[in-house]
Amino acid sequence: MTTTAPIPPITGTVTIAVPIDQAFRVFTGSINSWWPHEFHIGGADVAEVVLQVGVGGRWFERGVDGTECDWGRIRVWEPPHRLVFTWQINGSWQFDPDPARASGIDVRFTANGSAETTVEVEHRYFERLEGGQAIHDTIRGGGGWSLLLDGFAKSVVDQS
Amino acid sequence: MGLLGDPTRRAIFERLARGPRSVQQLADQLPISRPAVSQHLRVLKDGGLVVSNAEGNRRIYSLNPEGVTALRAWLNGVWSDALAGFHKVAEAAPETAPPPEPGQEIS
Repeated sequence: MTTTAPIPPITGTVTIAVPIDQAFRVFTGSINSWWPHEFHIGGADVAEVVLQVGVGGRWFERGVDGTECDWGRIRVWEPPHRLVFTWQINGSWQFDPDPARASGIDVRFTANGSAETTVEVEHRYFERLEGGQAIHDTIRGGGGWSLLLDGFAKSVVDQS
Repeated sequence: MGLLGDPTRRAIFERLARGPRSVQQLADQLPISRPAVSQHLRVLKDGGLVVSNAEGNRRIYSLNPEGVTALRAWLNGVWSDALAGFHKVAEAAPETAPPPEPGQEIS
């Protein structure tokens, strides 16, 4: 056990007007459609973002030059209710293959009746990433949760 | 707005994630002036996401080596945009396709 202080997780919730099966299917099976391609780690522009479904599946980007850059692995696969996968890009912006030094993304799907689903995302354990020990929360001016939730609120309003 | 809420500032940050750059190099790669780049760098530096070192007669900027701070700040914006994208795509998707089978690669 380490005594590293926890770093606050990033959390977000989005409620969408689709059944729970569809929410899970799109989240896992169509990640290339919804993950903004400008967010990537590899040197080349992104051709596609791939999530190989099932426990142990890889999460990675494939660049336009064909190179692949790993992001993480699927740890828990419980369709359509829960998904846990890792983010193993560390503080040096490199993939760290050691699962003990992985941050985790816990995604929970809850049906609100037959045609609406709430999806809660929690990206946590940043302190496990190499470089995490030196963390200082210098994010100021309303970053963090408030920014994230503002984004969701806006997207919900835009969609309705 | 967080430190990376501004799209131009985020673009500068993402270039620095790929390696150290001078102000001039950043200005050459982005559709903004050198003084504008400097101004954004100052904000990023004050916020602890970026550090600078003198190299000869110019300054080279790079991400703070206490990198998880910077990484987390970046991911905060990533998740915000990604879930907005998920929302849009999920509600536009057809309802009839079967769930994916384990082991199948889907992109």
